[in-house]
Amino acid sequence: MKKKLTFAAALLAASVLGGMANAKQLVYCSEASPAGFDPSPWSGGNDFDASSRTIYSRLVEFEHGKTTITPGLAESWTVSDDGLEYTFKLRPGVKFQTTDYFTPTRDLNADDVIFSFERQWKKENPWFDYLAGTGWEYFAGMGFPDLLKEIVKVDDLTVKFVLNKPEVAFLPDLGMDFASIVSKEYADQLDKAGTRQQFTQKPIGTGPFQFVDYQVDAVIRYAAWDGYYGGRQKIDDLIFAITTDPAVRAQKLKAGECDIMSYPAPADIAGLKADPNLKVDEQEGLNIGYMAYNTTQPPFDKVEVRKALNMAVNKQAILDAVYQGAGQAAINPIPPTMWSYNKDIKDDPYDPDAAKKMLTDAGVTDLSMKIWAMPVSRPYNPNAQRVAELIQADYAKIGVKAEIVSYEWTEYRERGKAKDRDGAFQLGWTGDNGDPDNFLFLLGCDAIGQSNYAIWCNQEFEALLQKGKATTDVAERTKIYEEAQVVFKREAPWLTIAHSKVFMPMNKKVTGFVMDPLGIHRFDGVDVTE
Amino acid sequence: MLRYLLHKLALIIPTVFGISLAAFAFVRLLPGDPILALAGERGVSPERYAELIERFGYNRPYVIQYLEYIGRVLTGDFGISLATKRPVLGEFQALFPATLELATIALIIAVLIGIPAGIFAAVKRGSWFDQATMGVALTGYSMPIFWWGLLLIIFFSGYLGWTPVSGRIGLQYFFKPTTGFMLIDSLISGKSGAFRSAASHLVLPAIVLATIPLAVIARQTRSAMLEVLGEDYVRTARAKGLAPRRVIGLHAFRNALIPVVTTIGLQVGTLMAGAILTETIFSWPGIGKWMIDAIAKRDYVVVQSGLLIIALIVMAVNLIVDVLYAVINPRIRVQ
Repeated sequence: MKKKLTFAAALLAASVLGGMANAKQLVYCSEASPAGFDPSPWSGGNDFDASSRTIYSRLVEFEHGKTTITPGLAESWTVSDDGLEYTFKLRPGVKFQTTDYFTPTRDLNADDVIFSFERQWKKENPWFDYLAGTGWEYFAGMGFPDLLKEIVKVDDLTVKFVLNKPEVAFLPDLGMDFASIVSKEYADQLDKAGTRQQFTQKPIGTGPFQFVDYQVDAVIRYAAWDGYYGGRQKIDDLIFAITTDPAVRAQKLKAGECDIMSYPAPADIAGLKADPNLKVDEQEGLNIGYMAYNTTQPPFDKVEVRKALNMAVNKQAILDAVYQGAGQAAINPIPPTMWSYNKDIKDDPYDPDAAKKMLTDAGVTDLSMKIWAMPVSRPYNPNAQRVAELIQADYAKIGVKAEIVSYEWTEYRERGKAKDRDGAFQLGWTGDNGDPDNFLFLLGCDAIGQSNYAIWCNQEFEALLQKGKATTDVAERTKIYEEAQVVFKREAPWLTIAHSKVFMPMNKKVTGFVMDPLGIHRFDGVDVTE
Repeated sequence: MLRYLLHKLALIIPTVFGISLAAFAFVRLLPGDPILALAGERGVSPERYAELIERFGYNRPYVIQYLEYIGRVLTGDFGISLATKRPVLGEFQALFPATLELATIALIIAVLIGIPAGIFAAVKRGSWFDQATMGVALTGYSMPIFWWGLLLIIFFSGYLGWTPVSGRIGLQYFFKPTTGFMLIDSLISGKSGAFRSAASHLVLPAIVLATIPLAVIARQTRSAMLEVLGEDYVRTARAKGLAPRRVIGLHAFRNALIPVVTTIGLQVGTLMAGAILTETIFSWPGIGKWMIDAIAKRDYVVVQSGLLIIALIVMAVNLIVDVLYAVINPRIRVQ
């Protein structure tokens, strides 16, 4: 059997190396090189595209193009009444990929699941530190070290997660990239050979594509994995042509050097749409661009002042000038495509006169403040400097003098966290798992000093946030989050700026590509018509 | 000659230490740090941050960090990238051939066009050719590489469709690199059309990278030739009735060569700097793009070791240029 599999792997490698004569090939112009192919240690979208969504699978998966959870490697699961135990029944007969560097002798089982999490969790696990200084940032960032109590192998195909506290977003969390399931057998093989580093350089998963080759900073090659539990893909070869400059990616797409590209520059979209060979899919992004006041510093500790400043900003002008038609005004801290979005909440009206009066009534005259502008372009805010200039002009109309400040990107975020930070801070967020809590946690009391740049700890909001986390019934959670949005709007810790659209230009011969609200680029189910 | 060589080598040692110190300091002067950069927008908790800083040793005095770093470098250990967890030297070795190939072709273009253009401009001083050449050279020198690269891509690849947009070879050609030099590897692969594809991918990036060195070499050749052409011995050679080609080629050009060779040697540094932008535009997987990524990620290890390795290469090339001087002009050896 082993010989047969090795032969099959050799045949596959030879056919790929030889450039299969009629192989169906899809070339994706990606935006950056992956740091590695282990899906868990890194946190960049480009890392995930190249590893977790192509090579690996998870216990549960997000439905294509949606944020709802569907069975993945786990075909079913049960949750205990107290919300502390999740028992997963694994799909039988799931094969790990057979390559020229690994031939599995067994199917996926509970050991793989336990290993996939324990290596990120337990410091005594020999794989915890297999990459020098790995932070397992996502695992830690999602609170898993505190959340998990134990993971128990019930039998080969049954695994139980025991939690320390109920966590309603636990299932969506397991659909995230860091929760991809890796092969323990492969890890053991590398352990014996003393070549642990290979784990991230030559990956093995159970996903739709298997790794073939990576030329650093240039090209990643994958081949359809024949044994994929979801069925063999229609395309034979998937190629990532790494092209960092968006204008060059657009040129490559136009020239037919790639079939689909990520993140076009806003300025190129019209040209790409006009090309008769191309189509441009678009979708409301699961994101928000905002400006957070420092609610602990006077006069921004007064709700009336924050409200007045919100009312002074002409959002439509920002949408026209910066988002160029690719965005919509944000009212709530979660995007309208998210479940539990409160449609009844009305935005603060643009009314400079009323804003000026509110400031005067609040006893604020001659206000000078800072507006922080991110130094980088992000999908939720393509040009924070320009946004800052527009807000600065709007503020001038109500007699508020604003100075624009900016710093290098990591420095910017660090300075923004300071409790005595002066002024209003622009930033944004893109959702990870389609759960409202994944947005609202940004405003939680625990997030102060981390992601709560408004330094806002409102007990009413916090109580709702915690209640939402502990409630499993979706209808009930919806009500809780709708109420939380009412509190948010009333208290105005942020100026909610916009939710942006995300574009995906591709050749017309590409079919079956579904844009993902979480910003993931998935190629399972994609075909290329000749 | 040996003494001259030893003298030059002795000068290199303090320079290497100086550069290692500068590279070490430079990356730490940048705001932010690798832990924060790696954590991304999700951030990292203060406890985890403290733990990682401790593990990497970035909380220790700079002097200790530097001494440890230099100690490892002296044993040939350039460290492991913080971002990719791969050895820096291994990454460099994988990427450098791409840069070297591009820079070599660019330098060949710059020399083959720059020197004859400079000579003709000097010989035909004040003519339309001289003025046009120097005008073009000045334009080339002043042109922002990024803009120039995109312009060429849009025109030649997008509009005319003559050249590929980016990359090193067509994606239909897939073979394991033998030397890392795509022109050679494509020949070795024996796949029909592979060499042609590799060569066509080189055209635009090589032109873009060659632009500034070409302009500098042309201008330097012109001024060096003008100086020499005014010398007595050239006049004497002409008076003797030697053919103009022989006067220019043998008497004038040979003597004008020293500053030109110096300039060519110095262009190696320019090529390395230019490679950073050129490689970024053309998605050329070389060390320029690698360094840019490392700086963005505050990958201290890659930046400090990468800069040091690049500096060592530039110094080695300059040493070769110095030796070439001595070959061209024996008086230099004596001095």
